[in-house]
Amino acid sequence: MAFKGAIEIDAPHCKGCGVCVANCPTGSIRLSRMVNSKGYNYAEMIGDACIGCSACALVCPDSVITVYRVKI
Amino acid sequence: MDIAEIKRPENIVYRKPALITDNVMHYCPGCSHGTVHKLIAEVIDEMGIQESTIGISPVGCSVFAYNYIDIDWEEAAHGRAPALASATKRLCPDKHVFTYQGDGDLASIGTAEIIHACSRGENIVVIFINNGIYGMTGGQMAPTTLIGMKTSTTPYGRDPRLNGFPMVIADMISHLDGTAYITRQSVHTAAAVRKAKSAIRKAFEYSEKNIGLSFVEIVSTCNSGWKMSPVAANSWMVENMFKKYPIGDIKDVLK
Repeated sequence: MAFKGAIEIDAPHCKGCGVCVANCPTGSIRLSRMVNSKGYNYAEMIGDACIGCSACALVCPDSVITVYRVKI
Repeated sequence: MDIAEIKRPENIVYRKPALITDNVMHYCPGCSHGTVHKLIAEVIDEMGIQESTIGISPVGCSVFAYNYIDIDWEEAAHGRAPALASATKRLCPDKHVFTYQGDGDLASIGTAEIIHACSRGENIVVIFINNGIYGMTGGQMAPTTLIGMKTSTTPYGRDPRLNGFPMVIADMISHLDGTAYITRQSVHTAAAVRKAKSAIRKAFEYSEKNIGLSFVEIVSTCNSGWKMSPVAANSWMVENMFKKYPIGDIKDVLK
């Protein structure tokens, strides 16, 4: 059974700490080159390798990540 | 499958906990406090005890914890959270009472209060955030600071001849008969977060059984106080903090 996932990041409230990037097993997150209104390089999803494991959201101190997952 | 098709409400597997308010946390980027707040909110929500839970917030960075978790709170004087929690629990025995304290609060000015609350076997939960430094006031040495660790008051590293040795509170109170459950966890990886959450849940369940005090220590980072990036602080914690503060259960009277 395989899973496919996606994440949605509340960019205005992301502080760009990068803990999610270090914890993602599929390398599907990076810190954006853009900044939010507070000047933080917010996290963003890249590529389509996300499996919806929620590792990023579990370690996010500011609870800005919502995770979606479907079976394929 | 298209990303837009995946992002549907029925496919949500993880979202911000319902009890975390919309206030933006004042913590530094990557601070462990936010993650632990989230775990407490999830546990209270899953146990359905929002209406009967009273938190005691400390003095320190987490003084504003009452702004972030949507339950009843009391604010204690510096270090006195276990005393206030003891009174609250004795006056309202049907409530779930927990304190949330940092190491400057619990291990320094509040040492007497925590030791005596443990000794009396109060049926409360204590969440202890141990990052080995005073975060709020500018990174001074705390009783839990490691030997050789540089802080703003020990710029050449902590020297035991001058500053004494680190205090391992969880091991100390495990010798007191009033404690029921003592564990040490961390929140630096997804697996560690899951374990910490089940430890917090267990602590709240033990407090319902009236068998003594439950103590959950979370070994944490203070990346701004340690002068590191959040990710580097997590690896520094694994390499150095875990040697002095090993992760795992220390005491469980029901096992």
